[in-house]
Amino acid sequence: MDSEEMCQPLSGLIMEEQAALTLTEICRACAVHDERIIELVEEGVLTPIGRGRKSWRFTGNHVRRASVALRLQNDLGINLAGAALALQLLEEVEMLRAQLGAMDE
Amino acid sequence: MQFKDYYKIMGVARDATQDEIKRAYRQLARKYHPDVSKASDAEERFKEVGEAYEVLKDAEKRAAYDQLGANWKTGQDFRPPPDWNAGFEFSGADAQSGNAAEFSDFFSSLFGQGFARHAGHAAHQAQGEDRHAKILIALEDAYTGNTLTVTLQAPEVDATGHRVMRERKLNVTIPRGIRAGQHIRLTGQGGQAMGQGKPGDLYLEIEFRPHPFYRVEQRDVYLDLPVSPWEAALGATLKVPTPAGSVELKIPANSMSDGKLRLKGRGIPGGTPGDFYVILQIVLPPADSETAQAHYRNFAEQFKTFNPRAKLGV
Repeated sequence: MDSEEMCQPLSGLIMEEQAALTLTEICRACAVHDERIIELVEEGVLTPIGRGRKSWRFTGNHVRRASVALRLQNDLGINLAGAALALQLLEEVEMLRAQLGAMDE
Repeated sequence: MQFKDYYKIMGVARDATQDEIKRAYRQLARKYHPDVSKASDAEERFKEVGEAYEVLKDAEKRAAYDQLGANWKTGQDFRPPPDWNAGFEFSGADAQSGNAAEFSDFFSSLFGQGFARHAGHAAHQAQGEDRHAKILIALEDAYTGNTLTVTLQAPEVDATGHRVMRERKLNVTIPRGIRAGQHIRLTGQGGQAMGQGKPGDLYLEIEFRPHPFYRVEQRDVYLDLPVSPWEAALGATLKVPTPAGSVELKIPANSMSDGKLRLKGRGIPGGTPGDFYVILQIVLPPADSETAQAHYRNFAEQFKTFNPRAKLGV
């Protein structure tokens, strides 16, 4: 890889505000084969818009959920259903923490 | 280089069984997983535990590590003895642990080269891999959308199979209105492809550098504003800093400490901009001279019936 300084400023999009990623694009973003994403959709972890794999469209938020679910599976040796449950509970904790924070003020 | 006591990191005895080690690892991994834990050092601890497990779960590596002796302490200056692992055979079958490149210098000085060879093998897919990095930016950058020079370190394997840290600098335009935890995707700035494939993308996760006086929550920005007792009591128009420049703020008369004033839309900009909150903090002038004490005594005289502890029933 080139380590030389880039002169032209690079600009990119904010992932979380991006919408309408295809199955191929979300697979690339998470660096996994499509079956890993398809099983996340089947488990209900990801809910893309559109019917049928070809017309599925994902958001940046889906990319984040998918990467967390995949990391939990790989790092903690838990299966898909376990990762889905952990993700759901983590989101609940997050929400409760936010409410608690709001109450403190 | 500092010695790492893998047994201590895992919280197990030196004669722990493989089952005990696995159990300890699972517990610690769940505790410190960066997606689970909110502790600021979670990621570091998680990596440390992962590295310890990488060695202790493997009978060969564990045996080699054990013969360094039990007298080393974490943090002690360490240099591997010459031929320290002579006579040990490594199958090095852990090609799936792609994070080997993130392990400590201590680890790579002991087991590094075998891993480096594996990393080379794993990379023969056509497309370059996506890379992830976290960058710290100033809150002000999210207000203006500045172009910043970002220095990234990436572990790479050089021609001789050694692991090296390569530094590269990128000029990146920060999108205006970005928030902590969001990711910027830079197409084609990830790992190089092998052959004709496309290079991977680089994902930059944004974190705000802690600011000496602003706090950020999602889109909203908070400032603790010190005010004098008379400014709070009588009301005042004060100059208040915001990340977008200072503004004049009217403090209503009879304000209390911890009183919250909202400047709508002056949080992090965007389609739905956040708000800027000013929290009043009443600061007392020091009573460090005869005159100052006389003023306070006079003050007390004037407010004889005031009981700040009325709510406590005393």
